[in-house]
Formats: sequence, C-alpha cells, structure tokens
Amino acid sequence: MSASGPRLQPTIFELSRPGRGAGKVPHPPADALDRLPAQHRRERPAALPEVNEPEAVRHYVNLSQMNHAVDTGFYPLGSCTMKWNPKVNEWAARQPGFAQLHPLAPDAIAQGTLQLLWELEQILIEISGMHAVTLQPAAGAHGELTGILMVREYHRAQGDMDRTDVLVPDSAHGTNPATATMAGLRTISIKAAPDGGIDLDGFKAALGPTTAAVMITNPSTLGIFESRIGDLLDAVHAAGALAYMDGANLNAILGRFKPGEAGFDVMHINTHKTFSTPHGGGGPGAGPVAVGEKLEPFLPAPRVLRQADGSFRLERVGERPTSIGRMRSFVGSTGVLVRAYAYLRTHGASGLAEITDDAVLAANYLKQRLADSGAYDIPFPGVCKHEFIASATSIKKKTGVRTLDIAKRLLDHGFHAPTVYFPLTVDEAMLIEPTETESIETLDAFADALVAIAREAEADPETVKTAPHTAPVRRLDEAGAARNPNLRWRPAAGDWTPCPD
Amino acid sequence: MAPPDLRYTKDHEWVRVEGDTATIGVTDFAANQLGDVVFVDLPAVGKAVEQFATFGVVESVKAVSDLYAPLSGEVVAVNGDLGSKPELVNSDPFGDGWMIRVKVGDTTQVDELLDAAGYEKLTAEA
Amino acid sequence: MAYGPHTPADRQRMLAALRMDSVDDLFADIPVGLRSSPLRLDPPEPEQLLMRRLDGLAAKNRVDLASFLGAGAYRHFSPPLVDQILLRGEWYTAYTPYQPEVSQGTLQSIYEYESLLAELVGLDVVSASHYDGAAATAEAALMTCRATGRGRVLVSRAVHPHYREVLRTYFHGNGLHFEEIPLAAEGSVAGTTDLAELERRLGDAENPVAGVVLAQPNFYGLLEPMRDASDLVHAAGALFVAVVEPVSLAVLAPPGAYGADIAAGEGQALGIPPQYGGPYLGILACTEPLVRQIPGRLVGMTTDVDGRRAYVMTLQAREQHIRREKAASNICTNQTLLALAASVWLAALGPHGLRDVAALGAARAAELEAALASVGVARVHAGAYLNEFAVRVPNAPAVHRELLERGVLAGLVLAEAVPDEPALADALLVCATEMTTGDDVATFAREIGALLADAGAGAGGSAAAAPVGVTA
Repeated sequence: MSASGPRLQPTIFELSRPGRGAGKVPHPPADALDRLPAQHRRERPAALPEVNEPEAVRHYVNLSQMNHAVDTGFYPLGSCTMKWNPKVNEWAARQPGFAQLHPLAPDAIAQGTLQLLWELEQILIEISGMHAVTLQPAAGAHGELTGILMVREYHRAQGDMDRTDVLVPDSAHGTNPATATMAGLRTISIKAAPDGGIDLDGFKAALGPTTAAVMITNPSTLGIFESRIGDLLDAVHAAGALAYMDGANLNAILGRFKPGEAGFDVMHINTHKTFSTPHGGGGPGAGPVAVGEKLEPFLPAPRVLRQADGSFRLERVGERPTSIGRMRSFVGSTGVLVRAYAYLRTHGASGLAEITDDAVLAANYLKQRLADSGAYDIPFPGVCKHEFIASATSIKKKTGVRTLDIAKRLLDHGFHAPTVYFPLTVDEAMLIEPTETESIETLDAFADALVAIAREAEADPETVKTAPHTAPVRRLDEAGAARNPNLRWRPAAGDWTPCPD
Repeated sequence: MAPPDLRYTKDHEWVRVEGDTATIGVTDFAANQLGDVVFVDLPAVGKAVEQFATFGVVESVKAVSDLYAPLSGEVVAVNGDLGSKPELVNSDPFGDGWMIRVKVGDTTQVDELLDAAGYEKLTAEA
Repeated sequence: MAYGPHTPADRQRMLAALRMDSVDDLFADIPVGLRSSPLRLDPPEPEQLLMRRLDGLAAKNRVDLASFLGAGAYRHFSPPLVDQILLRGEWYTAYTPYQPEVSQGTLQSIYEYESLLAELVGLDVVSASHYDGAAATAEAALMTCRATGRGRVLVSRAVHPHYREVLRTYFHGNGLHFEEIPLAAEGSVAGTTDLAELERRLGDAENPVAGVVLAQPNFYGLLEPMRDASDLVHAAGALFVAVVEPVSLAVLAPPGAYGADIAAGEGQALGIPPQYGGPYLGILACTEPLVRQIPGRLVGMTTDVDGRRAYVMTLQAREQHIRREKAASNICTNQTLLALAASVWLAALGPHGLRDVAALGAARAAELEAALASVGVARVHAGAYLNEFAVRVPNAPAVHRELLERGVLAGLVLAEAVPDEPALADALLVCATEMTTGDDVATFAREIGALLADAGAGAGGSAAAAPVGVTA
C-alpha cells in the first residue's frame, strides 16, 4: 500500500513506454502469418499499453485500494445482500479440475462438474419448494427474462395468445418492467396499499384474461413480508395467470417460506445476493430459475440429466422441443455456481435457517436503534424482514440536507451508503440491509454514524451537503459526464483532464 | 413562477402561441424535478405532433421523462442549441431552453390547457 | 454458524432491544398456512471435509488431455500476475460503483477496459460488459432494430450455433424476425456466408433489413469477406454487426476497419479460464452515433468538485433502474470482474505478446493441418483460416470417442453441434493455440492415423464399423 493512502492513478495508457513488457510467451516463427491474405490482415496495430510487470501490478494494486469492498467494510445496501464472500469458495472455483474444463467437453470427462450442477439444482429445488431448476441464466435479470419467457410460452402452448400483460407493484425493481418489455409484454404497475404492501383489490381489478403473470418481490422492496400473498396467488391462478417471484430478497425467508410450496409458479435466485458469490465490482453473478411442474417442459436447454446408472449427461441438441431454447452460450456461469454450491454445502439446512434468522434479527435491531434515536423517519415501523426503510424527509424539511448528502457523509465514516432513492415510492428513501455477517459492534457503529450525521445536518448542514471529504475523490460532475461523454482513452492531445501525478 | 402569457399541460410542458405558431418547452418545475438535463431527444422538422401524445424525451443524470405535445401540428423549428447545451433547459426553461416550434392546425386546442393560475395550483399540490 | 458473528449473547441483546423473547416473533407475520416445511438438506459441512469432497468431484473431470477443442472457448496462457490481482478482495468483493467516490478503482478499471477494447475492435463505444458473446450478439441484433425502426435481421449460419439459438430465443414472439443466411457450398468460399444469397435477401424492398450479423473468424474458423458484406449491408440501409474473437484482432482487420456499426463477441479468450461455460465476458461495442442504443453500463471520465480527474457510470438514463419498461435491456449485473481480468491480461501481455499469442496459434494450426493431412485427414474447406478449421473424418463421433480414450480431445464433433448442416456430418472442428505443443500435434496425428488405418484394414477397434476410406 502506498504510504500516503489510496492515491489517484494515471491510466494504464499513460504508463506505457515503447519497448516495455514482453517475455511472457515465446516468439512465433517469422512466417507464422504469411498465409493470411492481405485483405484480412490488420493494418494498424492496436495501440495497447506496453508496461512491465512491476508497473502493471502497482497500477492495479493501487487502483484497488481506492475501492470500498466487503473485504474492507460494511455495505448496508438494501436489496443487494452484501454478505461475506467466503474464501473457500475462491479456492473451490479455482481447482483446475473445475477451472480448466472446456464447456464442450464430452459428458464422459465432465462428470465431476455435471454432478455438482445436478446436486446444486436439487438443493435449490428444496430451498425454493419448486419442482425443477435451470442454472443457465447469468444474472438475476437474465433469470427474470428466462422465467417470463417460459410463462409466455406456457400460455401460448395452451392456445392462450392474448395474455400479454404483466402486473407489478409500483415498488418493483426496474428490472421487472424492463424484463416484461424484452419479452414483448406490457407492464401494468399497481399502486401499493397504504401499509406499503400489495393492494389486493388493485391487483384483482387488473387481473383478467390478458394477464400473463404477476411479478412479486417477497418480502417486498420495503422489506416487509406480503401477508396477503396467499390471497393474491389464489386470485392470480383463478384468472388463469401465473405468479413470478423475484427472489432478490430470499435471504429473509430461508427455511421460513418456500415460494413453490406457497403457490408461486416460478422464481429466480441471485447467487450473488443470497448465496454469497462475490459482486466483482458489478458482476459476475448467476440467476438460477426454479419452476413448478407447469413450466418444467419449457426450461432452457440443455438440462443436466441424471441417468439410471448414476452418471450425468447434458441434453442433446433438439432433445426437448418444448424448451424455450438457449439463453446464453454453453451451460451456465459454472465458476459462479461452484462458489454457490460450496456455500450451500458449508451451511446445510441448519446454517441456512440461521442465516435468515440472524439477517432478520439484525435488520429489526438496527431499525429499532434508529427509531429510538428519533433522528430519522421510519415510515414502516412494524416488524421488518431482512431490510427496512428509513427516510430523511423530516431532516430535509428542517435543514435542507437530503438522503443523497447523508449517503455521501457516511462514506467519511468508513461505511458504504445504503441503497438510496429506491423504492421509488418512498420520499428520500434509504433502504438498509445489514445481512447476517455483520457484528453487533458494526451495527451499533453504523447506527451511531447515522445519528451523528443527522445531528450534524442541524448543526453544520454545509459539511454534510458537500460530503464526502475524505474519499479519494469528492462529488463528481455527473451532468458533464453525460453531456459530453468521454468513454475511452484517446492517446492524441485533446480535451482531457491532466494526469494525476 | 409560471409566466402568465403561457399555457400549460398537466405534464409540465408550456406553450406560447403567436398566431398559428406555437413554441413549446418544459417548465421550471419540471426542470427542477429532473435535475441537470443532459440530453433532449426531439423530432425532426416536418414531423407531425399530436396533442397529448409524446413528441420526444428529456433526460437528466438520474431521470428520464417523455415530452407531451400541448397542441397538434407540424414541427417547423427545433432548438439546435440544446444539442450542445442541454443545460439551457435548467437555466432558462421558458426562454433559451425552448424545444420545438410547431405550426398549429387548430388553435382552439389551447382551451384544453391550463392557464398560469391553474398550473400554479397544480404544482402547489404536487 | 460458518461466517456469522452473532454469539448467543449478541442475539439476546438484540432481542432485548426489540422487547422480544424469540426470533420466531419476527416471523409471526408469515400466515400460518404459508410457513414452509423444514429444509431437507444435509447438515453443515466443515471446510476441511468440503474441500476434500470438492477435490474428489474435480478429479472426476479430465483436464489433462491433449485438447484441440475451441468452438467459442479457447485456452490461452495466463501469466500468474493476473489471478493474483483478481484475488485481491478490493477487486472481487466490491459492489457496483454506484457511489463513485469510494469506487474509483472499479470505475477506472472499467474505463480502461472500454479503452483497451475500443483499440482492439476499432469502435469508439464499448459497454462495460454483457453476459457472454451470445447474449451480446442478441443485444446487438436488437440494437439494429431499435436504431433503424425495422424488424428483420439476417444472421449467417456461419455464426456460432449457440449464438443463433440465443438470438432465436430473444427474437421469438416479439414481432421481430430473423432469418439465417446459408453457407456457400462450393469452391474456395465453401463454409463462408453465401454473399449472393445475402444480397438477394437485402434486396427485398417490401421487407427492409435492420441488421446483418456475420462472424470473423466464423464458427468453422474461416475468414469471411467482411468488407464486401459491410458494403452490401450499408447499401440496403441496414446496420452491420460483426461477431469477433478478440485475440484474433491482434492480427486480423478489426470491425472498425471494415465499416461494422456494432461488434459483439466473447472475451473469454482474453485469459479467462474455460470453467465449463462461464462466467465469461460479453463484448459489445458500437460507433458513437449509436451510443444511446447500447445496453449495459458505460463508464466515463469526468472531474470532481476540486478538479481532479475521476470516473463515473454515465448515460445511466438508458438503463432499467431509470427507464424501467422503456429500457433497451433489463441488464443490471454484468461481468465487471471478467472485464478487469481481460484488462490485466492485456496489460500483462502487451501488444506484442498478444500478437505473438495469435501468431503462435496460427503457426501451430498450420502444423496441425499438415500433420493431419499426412495421415489422410484433410480439411473440409479450402478458404483461409487463422487457428481453427474443420477436417473430414469418417464416422467422426466414434473416432472422437476412441481418441478420447487415447488421451486426445479431438476438437468438436460437428454432427452433434450443428446437426442441421448435413454436409458436415463427418467432420471435426479442431483448433490450436499457443498452449498446443508439438507433442500434442504429433500424438493427435499418430492416434487418428492409426485409428483410420485400422478402420481401413477392417481390424479391431471401435472405429472398425466405419465404411472404408469414405469422404464426403
């Protein structure tokens, strides 16, 4: 680590000097490319940077030190479930037997991975209370699209061509309506009931012969269990539609609520939320989808099959014509799935139940701490699940300090901000999710910091409004970035800000 | 403050009618709600717009909003300055931040719009 | 519990603050009829035992064979510095950089990735990543529809079958149509896209085309006439999508050079291990006028209030969290860590190293072609290739199985991968990279030569059922 702490770095291009680097691979024969016709040859070599190993490593190490990460501190991000990323999972995924296996390797030489994937499916079937699973989707949103495409195909297979509406609560995550659009369906947003939960009458009024599905997050994006969910599911099925559960909040219900048992027809799971696979700065994740019997024929191909002799194989091309087809190349983001598998086996039944109990306990404790302080509005003060909403509406009215400012000031306290301005239905929202892996000392310190900032908003609002003060950079000109996008480094002189050193 | 000589839609567009030409933009209220405007997607000259139908999109850093035409007609001018200076929508929404000019078919459509007092009432309740 | 910090005393304290006796009180809001049955799963597995069992599972995979399998996922040398960087917790346990002030590492690394790929591909706008090459290609096709307002896309059958299948899934039932352009069957262009057919389909004035998708190199390893295709496409007012293999771009003309509007491709070859399918790296790039149509995150350079150079996610109004049902794509989580992996790999190798990797593969592939030809196994196609090509092998599935037992992973059985190309029923798609050794090549040639000789002589072996000396 550099002695002066996290420092800004020039781009890798600015470190380049002609003649630096090389020595990693042998030289090819001089005539290696002679047989390539001239019209296909690259005329101008790509201006990639030439750096030696020390320069390259220092560059990436120094950059990394400007990041907040789970390995450095707390992320109270609602809806993201930023729990600990276990180190044994990194070991598991890197085992050469897993990491070096080609995705088109014949089944006979892939039995270890095929068995792991099949066992993972069985575990997810049990957790979800569903009937079958696909591990193909590369992310939660990818899983959503997979699920909704299966729903659409199910209706069409029944000759039901008019079911083109998807109903979502107005607190839904943006991926839900975006998914419906990608599937060629129309989104109808249903306003919440006064208690923040689904408005049963609102949904019932909208349900009908044109409804393909409802997409529900449970617990909701307000962190509250939808106690009316049973009635909703009955109404959905009575209308001939199917029920999709957005599994983003699965951390709140492990061992307490199985969506498939309750009547959901399909759900996706975010392994990078509930099952600890690391976020990597924005990905990769994985979005397995679990389905009930109705949708099983439509699962993406190829499925992993267990044969009578206990060996495993992939479905062959064209083997199951009812499938919606492929959502991606190859079988799935197996490296991510190996990590999820290791996590699930580490915890087992009792460990998973404990995760949910501790996550919910921690969230309610933190909510109580804030409620007791009186420093923030708690719009839904009743029992929450794994996350809860606080609002800065009163603070804003009194001092002009907004949730955005409080979020930035938290950075100075060494915490990442919570999720802000989501869900869209709550004014000056902060969605706070501690997860089960933060110590009570961390929870108390976080609550103390939030309270201190609220007091500071009254005593010295300017400091809060201009935060952060101690991060490697301060507030950014996001408008300028969007008005005049600079999306790539250009080596020639031009309109760019001088190199940091 | 909503200029008194303009008329307004419920979606915060304003229109100034001079003869059969209408100049259209969004109000300061809308600009405030959006935050720093970064891009305005406007129709080409010659395109037809329909009252209360969308004619474009305004984008800020954190939000996006459809633009609804207060009156029907044909686009005769588009504010070319908004391409390089979208911030005009924030700094001068009723003046240099104008968006399109339209040759109006039926000026009686103005009667379906809010006047300044009506618009003030709408924004006060928001 | 494995990673949880809460002691019974901690839990007591928290419950006390809530004035509750039991954590069950916090789940009273779940209606009794909806409470789940207990989880029927194995008990927790301590790390030591888990690692032993995972070792056992990994050992059931064979990764030690002389492999000639490519077909969209390629083995390349990765200098150890790459993985050591990727193991830094500040990289892999960081969240999406929505709070840019504490995410400058991730943000700058994405900007650098965008810049590196822009150089390689020759297009100015590169997204922060998509899921994989197939999803990126499907999104590229959708982009052409949005940008042109047309609903018809033409895709060459020389594009990877998985990519075409994903396109089919994404296009199905959306009111958009895609058609496949067949392969040229005869002569020196056999195995590449039938340009005459492409031109004919582009000429249907009643059904204007939004976009055309070709791969370079194509699935069969052959080099396509991308400039000629690009000209045809643009003459019809459509957009040209090139599906690329990034390592080849060190030596092949990039999409920017032949006028492609959009490039999509698989970044796995940039030093990312095969991992049985992912996580991989979807490359998606476009020309500047199309920037508002490109899905996925974009990172740009800007300044902070003190004038420092800084990086931030920008043009976010395109994305689902703002545009919701009007967003071009629902993508949220992408493949950021893999974009970092690719960037570090490119920095570790440098432009000369990358070119050497491509050239070494080409040289080894030429050796492979010659070695196979010397035992009577000839190429199916005549056209130019970089490092992958198809060879004619009678009874290819059986030969492939037999070679596996003899320690050779002899590429891909095309009859199984593209059963709808009957002309390739008796063929294997083989590839060589800088990781392929001379011994590997010699072993492959020796074993397949022996197998086919045995088959010819009618003596023993599972390939004995093959018809004598049959070539298509």
